[in-house]
This record gives sequence, structure tokens and C-alpha cells, in this order.
Amino acid sequence: MLNREELKKIIGSLEPDATFSEGTQLLEVTVPAEKLYALAEKLKSDSRTTFDYMINHTAIDFVKNFTVVYHLESTEMRHLVVLKSILEDKDNAKVDSLSALYPAVEYFEREVFDLFGIQYNNHPYLKRFFMEDGAGFPLRKDYRDEVNIIER
Amino acid sequence: MTSNIYDFSTLTGQIHTWLSGLMSPGWVTFTEFVLVGLVFLLAYALLGLFLVYAERKVCAFMQNRVGPNRVGKWGIIQTIADLIKLLLKELIPIRKSDPFLFNLAPFIVIICSFLAMAAIPYAKGLQAIDFNIGVFYVMAVSSLSVVGILLAGWSSNSKYSLIGAMRSGAQIVSYELSVGLSLLSIIVFAGTMQLSGIVESQANGWWIFKGHIPAVISFIIFLIASTAEINRGPFDLAEAESELTAGFHTEYSGIKFAFFFLAEYMNMFIVSAIAATVFLGGWMPLHIGNWEGFNQIMDYIPSIIWFIGKTFFVIWVIMWFKWTFPRLRIDQLLTLEWKYLLPISLFNIILIAFIVLMGWHF
Amino acid sequence: MSEEIIKDVIIGENEEYIVNMGPQHPSTHGVLRLEVCLKGETVKYLIPHIGYIHRGIEKMTEALTYPQIIHLTDRMDYLSAHINNEAVCLVVEDAMQIEVPERVKYIRTILDELNRLASHQLWWSAFGMDLGALTTFFYGLRDREYILDIFEESFGSRLLHSFVMPGGLMHDIHPNFQKRTKEFITYFRKKLPEYDQLLTGNVIFHNRSKGIGYMSKETAIGYGVTGPSGRGSGFSCDIRKIAPYGAYDKVQFNEILETEGDTFARYQVRMREMWESLNIIEQLIDNIPEGDYTAKMKPIIKLPAGEYFRRVETARGELAVYVVSDGNKSPYRMRFRTPNFSNLFVMNEIAKGCKIADLIAISGSLDLVIPDIDR
Repeated sequence: MLNREELKKIIGSLEPDATFSEGTQLLEVTVPAEKLYALAEKLKSDSRTTFDYMINHTAIDFVKNFTVVYHLESTEMRHLVVLKSILEDKDNAKVDSLSALYPAVEYFEREVFDLFGIQYNNHPYLKRFFMEDGAGFPLRKDYRDEVNIIER
Repeated sequence: MTSNIYDFSTLTGQIHTWLSGLMSPGWVTFTEFVLVGLVFLLAYALLGLFLVYAERKVCAFMQNRVGPNRVGKWGIIQTIADLIKLLLKELIPIRKSDPFLFNLAPFIVIICSFLAMAAIPYAKGLQAIDFNIGVFYVMAVSSLSVVGILLAGWSSNSKYSLIGAMRSGAQIVSYELSVGLSLLSIIVFAGTMQLSGIVESQANGWWIFKGHIPAVISFIIFLIASTAEINRGPFDLAEAESELTAGFHTEYSGIKFAFFFLAEYMNMFIVSAIAATVFLGGWMPLHIGNWEGFNQIMDYIPSIIWFIGKTFFVIWVIMWFKWTFPRLRIDQLLTLEWKYLLPISLFNIILIAFIVLMGWHF
Repeated sequence: MSEEIIKDVIIGENEEYIVNMGPQHPSTHGVLRLEVCLKGETVKYLIPHIGYIHRGIEKMTEALTYPQIIHLTDRMDYLSAHINNEAVCLVVEDAMQIEVPERVKYIRTILDELNRLASHQLWWSAFGMDLGALTTFFYGLRDREYILDIFEESFGSRLLHSFVMPGGLMHDIHPNFQKRTKEFITYFRKKLPEYDQLLTGNVIFHNRSKGIGYMSKETAIGYGVTGPSGRGSGFSCDIRKIAPYGAYDKVQFNEILETEGDTFARYQVRMREMWESLNIIEQLIDNIPEGDYTAKMKPIIKLPAGEYFRRVETARGELAVYVVSDGNKSPYRMRFRTPNFSNLFVMNEIAKGCKIADLIAISGSLDLVIPDIDR
């Protein structure tokens, strides 16, 4: 199990563009969307990190952008990392699919596509999951459903 | 020797003479046909209802439950209430099904089980038709029900039904062999195919005791194979509830479903009756060799009680199977038949033929 | 007429045809639809279709306060309701840096394990039913009743009790709780061997489960199959060991691992986990420390702005709660990574080439709870 600083150093050397957030619960790495796949591939195959288990993938609508979040764990070394990528263009949000690396993420991505409308490149079966076609993207903050939604 | 067993043919003979005094011989025959038909219909319905009730109680006993206990004393009328419910239910027509075959299938199944009932000797002298090929006849008509099941599955135009029917076809056709061979082993012992003759041949001991170990093997094979033949658990693949919802009768409702349901229970009764007749002496009381005193006492119990007791013992064993074992998979089912039961029964027959040839049996 | 029927039944080339298992099917354990492509009885491929009871819990959380959210988490995996509640509570306590009293930790852990036992009992019952052994259902439910009675006495509710609150418990446990739990342990220790006698040793059961639905360790990790299903493949994924919460660091227990990866291995993991759960409860039940049943909490719970991530081990696997807070009294975004979601989608991988009957056995051995998938 590597500690935070060691992980930071390794990830920094693997991907110079990566930025790290301070004062967070877990190590958070933010990379540009187009570098995401390359970094994930390195993180999985590198023998120092071996992030082979995708715990969770989701997205957050920060009104001005979408942030896609990946929680990765190494099943051998038991360290965790949070990969983040900010998608500025909300109408045409696109990110590379990681399903070639982690089979599990294929379905998380389908869910995110269904609820946020984020497109994934090279996704094997990008179809809506829960909602009907044309039902809108309910987890976006600007989603309005006059009948069912509870307003904060 | 068995003089004090009540012979039902005296009763039927009395009825015959009474009727002959009233009308011409043609009408007598006709009236007797109608009477026999009515008696069988009534017996069929009552037995079916009772078997459903018995199954529920046995199942409840196996599962730490009470079973039906609200309608009537100990829930006896529950099955009648359920029958009325089934009678009143709507018969749902299936779009794109083959209506003629779809409606015909339940009748084929129920008629086959009805036909088989005719040849069973219920008590001394109480038998509708005493064929000289009785065993052969019962096997033939009871295996005809596979036609009904196949038609039901195919004509419903449902994939679950079709899978269920195909499974059932493969299963019944395969297990028919083992049933036949295990019955054949007792025919070799008894030297006759007439059911009454087989019962008479057990006057000094039942075949399961007289026939050494091969008869016991035949009995076990018959139990397994006949359980498979009547589509009951653990061989209920044709209607495997957790896989195919209800298999071949998925699309049936109301009384048509009730026909399948009733036929399944009556088939269970028929195979149990055959097992009791062929292996356990039928209506013949328990006789041991030359113990005259013991045999006399046994004769005081009416023959019909012996028959019903043995039959329900076998029924109970079959129910016990169902509520204990997980279901087999279709390939395992066929493996069991073709790789194990069939070679064993073939070998068993040769062994029995040898024993009979040498005169080693009692 | 007859040609029309044949054309209808057989769809594709090579005599392949598609059967929709569900949404109403006796053994999908809920409204799950499996689009199964069959050739004869052999499964060519299957596509799971979900969303029939999607209630948008993640969206609803954005308008609710944290104590309210707890009542929604019950409804995800209703068979490990308590563990789901605890996940949210742990996130809130983490974020607000609240130290909960020792008594609370002990009680929570006991309830976790009781809930796990109840869940495994129901799984055992239903798994037997899936394989056609109908009697198992009543044996399992008979013993589950004891646990539910204990729950009912202490929390007033049998299934969805929402007994845990951020900072502690709703109220203290019932005075009878310890006595009855101990009675249950002695009772269930006698009854567990009955389970083995009825099903585990059966030859038909062995044939139906051994070598069926093989899942390698790599597949399990790749698809994120956690919980007993993953541990049946040798994937060491027990959060109770990896990141202990509650009183799990104070008890001795083993992480159950089987390496065969087939249906029988997953079955064995759960059977052995029941024994292990009994051990854990036994170690804790006599040592519940005296003290408060809740920490001092502010009347309105507001999480400091930031992101929080917490994992717990439910009866079916790893439940991760990911909260993004903007400092308000309800979360900005709340994400539940539910175990069944990942466990379901491995089915296409492991069920290819098996028979229909095996498909049912596999889905039974994965122990799916559909509301947990749909959320």
C-alpha cells in the first residue's frame, strides 16, 4: 500500500498534465478528458500502482461543467485513487470509454449516459438504461419534471 | 386357500342378475356400461381431489407447516373450493395459437389417464377389464399422454411451453424404456401379463420379497422411472416452475389447466397402483409362506384396504421425492436414464431370467 | 396456421431464438428482464434489461436532508437495509468528524451481522427454490423469523427499520435484545447443520452447482463482482477486513474465500459466512459497553463542502456511498455504488454456453436484489 505522497509522485511522472487537489479525503487526480484513457491504462498496467478494480464511476453536474469521477482501487496493494476529468462543453460532453480496461465500467458509463447525457467514445453498447428515449437527462441540475420532481 | 377374502365379483354378479331380470340383454350391457362409466368418473374426480389435498398436507408436513386448515374440518373442502374456482375461471384464448389442438391437448392427457384406470385391479374381483395383456395395456395408454403434452406445448405458440414440451417428450420417451423393462422383470417372474394373474401369483408372498435382490432393484428403477414419466419432481422439467414458469401448460387457464393438473395427480395414482399391484401384491394381503394362522388373520383385512394402503404408501414415497430433491437438468436427466438406469435394468432382466430358469425364486 | 407458428417461434439463423425471461418470471427475484438468446436449451448470449423499478433515489437525495435520505437507502437493498443505512451514517459522521460512542459501534455491528444472517437465510431459501428444492424455502424462512422478531421488538419494524441515525441510533435497544440474540445463536447453531443435510450434501444439488457458471478471479475483479459472489472466485473484497468500520476491528473473524469460482463455491461462501456471522455476534453480544446510544448532534445536519466516499460490506457485496456536498443540509450529488449493479452484468460472461436451468442457478447464486440495481 502506497501512501498519498508516493502515489502522487508516480501519477505525476506517468501523466505530467495531472493536477492534484489538496485537503481531500482520498487522493484526487484531475486530468484532461483526452488524457484520461491513457492515464487509466498506465495506472492499471504499471506494476507500482496496479489499479485493477473500478469501484465506481459517476458524473457530477457542476452547472458550468460536468465532472466525470472514477474511483479506482488496487486489489493487491489496497490503495485508492479518484480520477477526475472536467468536461467544459456541456451540450456536447464526450469522454473516452474505459470499458476496454474495466468491463464493469461499461455499465456505469451507460448509466451516466442515461442520466447525464454524456457521450462515450468507443463504447460497445451505448443505449439508455432506466429512462425512455427522449426523456431528458434527470440528474442534470437544469432538468425539470413538473409532475414528479421534488424541489429543494 | 384365500377363501375368506371377499370377492367383489359376487356383488357385480348380483347386480347383473338383477338387471337381467328387468330388461333385455342389450339394455343390460348398455346400463352396465353407463354404471361403470359413472362409477369411474366419480372415483376419478374424488381420487383426484383427495390426492391434491393429500399432496398439500404431505408437503406441509415436510415443510414445517400446517397446510390447508380453514375450509371445512382440517381443510378437507379446500380442494373442492379450488376446483369450483378453476371451473368458474375464464378460458383465455391465445392469439396465434392453433385453437383445435390447443383445446384438444388437455382432453388427450386426461383421457389417457382415464383409460389406464380401467385395467387396474382394485380389489378381488373389482376390475373393469381384465386384459390378458394388462401390463402392456396400462403402459401403452399411460405413455400416450406425451402426445397431449407435446400438442399443448406446441400449439400454445409460446416459447416456454415449447421448451417444456420438448423436454417432456425427450423425458417420457426415454424413461418409458426403464419402466417397461422393470415391469418386464416381474412379468418374467410371474409368467403372465394379466394383472389379475400377477396378483394371484403373489398369494404366498409379494414379488418384492420373493424375487430376491433383482426384484428390489426393479422396484427402485420403476419408482425412479415412473416418477420421471409422470413429470413429477425431481423430474418435473416439463413444467419447471423456476425455469419455464409453468412449462407446457403456461398458457392454459380455468378448467383446461385443471385437466392437466388432475391428470398429473391421476397419473401418479396409476403408477403407484401399478407399483403396488406388480411389486407389492396388489390387493393380496401380506402372506408369509406356510404360516397359515398369520395368513388367516391378514385375510380378515378387506382386499380393497390392502390395495389402497399400498398405493398410498407408494404415492407418499413419490411425494417425498418431490419435496426433498432439487430438480435435475435435462442433460443429467437423460444421462441418468441412458447411462445408468437402462443398462442396469437390462442386466437385471438377464439376471432374473437366469434365476427363473434355475428356479431359485420362491 | 402451422407454418405461421413455426416462423413466429424461430427467429434468427441457425435455429436460434430469443426468450424474454422477466419482467414477470418466478426466478428473477423481482422485475428484471433477461433477453436470452437460445439454441435449443443452450444459452448463446443474454442481455439484462433493467430499470423497471427505477425510482431515481439519487435525484431524490438532492432535495432531502441526510436523516431523510437514510429512509431511502432502506429501499435499495431491502434485505440488508440496516447495512445500507449505516453506509450513509458513516459518510455523515466522517464528514462532520463525529466520534460515535463505543456502544453504538457494537450495536451497529451486531445488527449488521444479524441482517447479513437474515439475508443469507432468505438467499438460501430462494436458491433452493431456483433449483427446484421447494422445501428449503420454508426452512430458511422459519429461522429468519427469529431474527425478524428480534428486529421487531427492538425497532418496531421487521424489514426496513431505519434504526441507525447519523451519530448513533434512533433509540436504545430493547432490554430483551441481548437475551434473545443469544437464544437465537444457540438455536441457529443447531439448525444450520440441517441446511447442509437438506441441500448441501445432495448429489443432484452437487451436479447442478459444481462447475456451473465459472467466474475467474480476473473476471470478478474486472466486472467488480464483490461480496460472497466475488469471494467465491478468490477475490478478496471483504470491506470488513480491508477498511474496518463499526466494531469489526475488535473481533476475530475470517474472510471466507473459495477459489473454485463456480456456483457451488459461491454457495459455500455464503454458508460459511453464516457461521462466521454467528461467531462475530457471539463475540460482541456480551461485551456491549454501557453508554449513550447517540453522540451529540446538531439539530440540522450540514456536511462541510467537499467530497466524501465510504464503503461498507452489505450481504451482497460492496456498497459505496459518494457524496458531493456544497455545505448545505442536503447533498449536492449523492451516488450509491450498489453491489448488485455490478454483480448482475457479469451474467452474460459466465452464463454463456450453459443450459436454461443453469442460468437460473447462476442468477440465484449471484443473489440479486433488483431494487438495488435500479435504485
